[in-house]
Amino acid sequence: MDLAVFWFILIGVLWTGYLVLEGFDFGVGMLMPIVGKTPKGKRVLLNTIGPVWDGNEVWLLTAGGAMFAAFPEWYATLFSGFYLPLFLILLALITRAVAIEYRSKINDEKWRNRWDLAIIISSWIPSILWGVAFANIVRGVPIDQTGTYTGGFFNLLNPFALLGGLVTLGIFLSHGSIFIALKTKGDVHDRGAAWAKKFSIAAVVVGAVWALWLQVAYSNNTWTWGALVVAALGLIGAAWFSWTGKFGLAFIANVVAVVGAVTLIFGALFPNVMPSSTNPDFNLLVHSVVGVHGLVASSSHTTLVVMTWVAGIFTPIVLAYQAWAYWVFKRRLSEDMLPEHNELTFAKSA
Amino acid sequence: MDALELARWQFGITTVYHFVLVPLTLGLSILVAVMQTAWVRTGKEKWLRLTKFYGKLLLINFALGVATGIVQEFQFGMNWSEYSRYVGDIFGAPLAMEALIAFFLESTFLGLWIFGWDRLSKKVHLTVVWLFAIGTNLSAYFIIAANSWMQHPVGTAYNPKTGRAEMKNIWEVLGNNTTLLAFPHVITTAFLVAGGFIAGIGAFWLVKKSRANKDDVDIPLYRTAVRMGAAVMIIAGVGVIFTGDLQGKLMFKQQPIKMAAAEGLINTETSAGFSLLAVGNLAGDDPASVKHLISIPGLTSWMATGDSNATVKGINELQTEYATKYDPNATYRPNLAVTYWSFRLMIGFAAFAAATALAGLWLTRKGKITNQTWFSKLAVWSIGAPFLGASLGWIFTEMGRQPFVVAPNPSAFVDGVDPVYLLTEHGVSKAVSTFEVGLTMVVFTLIYAILGVFWYRLMVRYAQEGAPQVTEPVVGGDDDPLSFAY
Repeated sequence: MDLAVFWFILIGVLWTGYLVLEGFDFGVGMLMPIVGKTPKGKRVLLNTIGPVWDGNEVWLLTAGGAMFAAFPEWYATLFSGFYLPLFLILLALITRAVAIEYRSKINDEKWRNRWDLAIIISSWIPSILWGVAFANIVRGVPIDQTGTYTGGFFNLLNPFALLGGLVTLGIFLSHGSIFIALKTKGDVHDRGAAWAKKFSIAAVVVGAVWALWLQVAYSNNTWTWGALVVAALGLIGAAWFSWTGKFGLAFIANVVAVVGAVTLIFGALFPNVMPSSTNPDFNLLVHSVVGVHGLVASSSHTTLVVMTWVAGIFTPIVLAYQAWAYWVFKRRLSEDMLPEHNELTFAKSA
Repeated sequence: MDALELARWQFGITTVYHFVLVPLTLGLSILVAVMQTAWVRTGKEKWLRLTKFYGKLLLINFALGVATGIVQEFQFGMNWSEYSRYVGDIFGAPLAMEALIAFFLESTFLGLWIFGWDRLSKKVHLTVVWLFAIGTNLSAYFIIAANSWMQHPVGTAYNPKTGRAEMKNIWEVLGNNTTLLAFPHVITTAFLVAGGFIAGIGAFWLVKKSRANKDDVDIPLYRTAVRMGAAVMIIAGVGVIFTGDLQGKLMFKQQPIKMAAAEGLINTETSAGFSLLAVGNLAGDDPASVKHLISIPGLTSWMATGDSNATVKGINELQTEYATKYDPNATYRPNLAVTYWSFRLMIGFAAFAAATALAGLWLTRKGKITNQTWFSKLAVWSIGAPFLGASLGWIFTEMGRQPFVVAPNPSAFVDGVDPVYLLTEHGVSKAVSTFEVGLTMVVFTLIYAILGVFWYRLMVRYAQEGAPQVTEPVVGGDDDPLSFAY
């Protein structure tokens, strides 16, 4: 297999890892008001992701870095083209990181509430915008012959993309509430379980409509019908198991759904990484194909060989220690397991 | 201002801000791991208290460092997409390696460290903090390798077919001699920063406690902090000077015009002096007006080559040389005022910090303690000095590289072959409007400022509380309360 194709798949894998892991982080953040509800309930939620959220976010940095290294033209066109949505995502990620870490450094109700609000908003924004971004990639955007995006901001707000935003939102809400049901006991668990039923159904509905639209209107390949079916079965499975109270299986079903969805998106794109809606001759390509016009986005063979070695050696190591971290923190949390707040206040202690 | 200038300001603001936080994390992560090691090996409670005290400050700092680091990775694509297209084949590799090899390590094991006190045995928990600290410092290696490639591109060739710089040899990129000196220079600087931080806060508490009650039980703990911090500073300071000197000599060869600018050296001179005070139009429009009022004879020649009688090329001669080799229409003189003063202030702030460290070691010699308020004030004020020195060092490195974003490698120059280099003005994104860059610059700056206020208040508050009382951590069962929770 061509190494550029291998890297195209690997970047899909990295995005899958990111969407699966930070997907439930975002879900947990968004659900603070309705599943967390009480001050203690919110704390339980935060502590389910506390030890792992930062490691989860590195999947994004790795996916971004891998795009830069393996497909510089894709990285350059995408990040300069989708400028304002990415800017909003970055703002949210910055705020969210600081909010999670700082909200429990000062023992003050107001302090905590403000940071909680920051966590909630900064979890909603990327949950919608990642879907908008991926939908636009697969739909195609105006790109000229130099690989430069020429569309402006409002071009990105088309119905297909906005529905894509609802899809990631729906999946993350479903994924987050299932994760909560899996990781907690008591009242928080019950509320998570109740919402999981609703969100998992919503995710099936928006997910199915969007996936069919994608496959019919924008896919380059018929085999992606298969990925669509996998994604759909995953979402249906998540709903089924949520309704039957089997949250471990529901979680796995959602992972399958994300794998299917990313496969659908990447498969629909191939052999493009970013189609141009201006002129198909300006498409950004995974690799050069005889008779296909476009701008080859991938790095040189030398670079791809180097990066393949690096990924081959380090990805299994990363997976092993991240899995170990989840194992260490595998126990379920409940409100009565929280220690009393013993942090400082801004007023000086005696 | 146009999009180019705004993008440059944005990069400058976000990078300097990020890199104010980073050296503290680099040095402190290792030093906190050392403290925890001392606790595990000796069982002395003071080491556990120091671990928790400085560990908490480390976490407050780390959070903002991580948050502002995310922007760094995406900014190349957002504001500098033409740069990204030109260098991605080679520059993307160390960035991806940084994420995969270093970021995963540091963030996963940081989570295990923070929440793992009651989940992991002492030894495993100690291993976890070391893996976090190693991951953090590894990330510095990769990003400096990437930056050093921009200073001195190696292991690469221009491919006229694709119009970009392409990788020929990754080992040359990772083993770039520029990296091999810049990395220890940054790491020793980080230890100067972290040592100053530990000693400064320790000195504040040592003096406060010994003024209130000279038999206070906490005094030995803070004395340890002062001496540990100060000793680290002295060793690191020597390392900073040593690596800095070697780096300077290398840079006179690799980027002669940057060093000529740093010295305000307009004309080629034999036995060139090191200027301590210069006046004239340093901003760069009129090099002829630059006059050196005070200078140390022969020092610049010595710094460049090790021979105080050597000839060092001035800006005017180098401009002609660059114009024949590279783009004939460009002005190759970096901003003189910025390079000249940032270089001098960098050295000045580092020297000031080292002097405070010597005072601290002297005052606490042979089991002594100090109750001198001048010392605690000096030590607290000195915390900022190495931070400023580090920032000025980066400002010098990056501004001195201008007008290039990728400076050409003079030893790789072959007449008739296109060299690998890129002018900054050709690196900026074409898809992004002036309004968009301006908007993001303003909002990033604002949000960084707001978060910076919280960072500062929390740092001060936790430093003012002093080392917490601790209980011996025990591994708990699955239904026990969390020993630490958000």
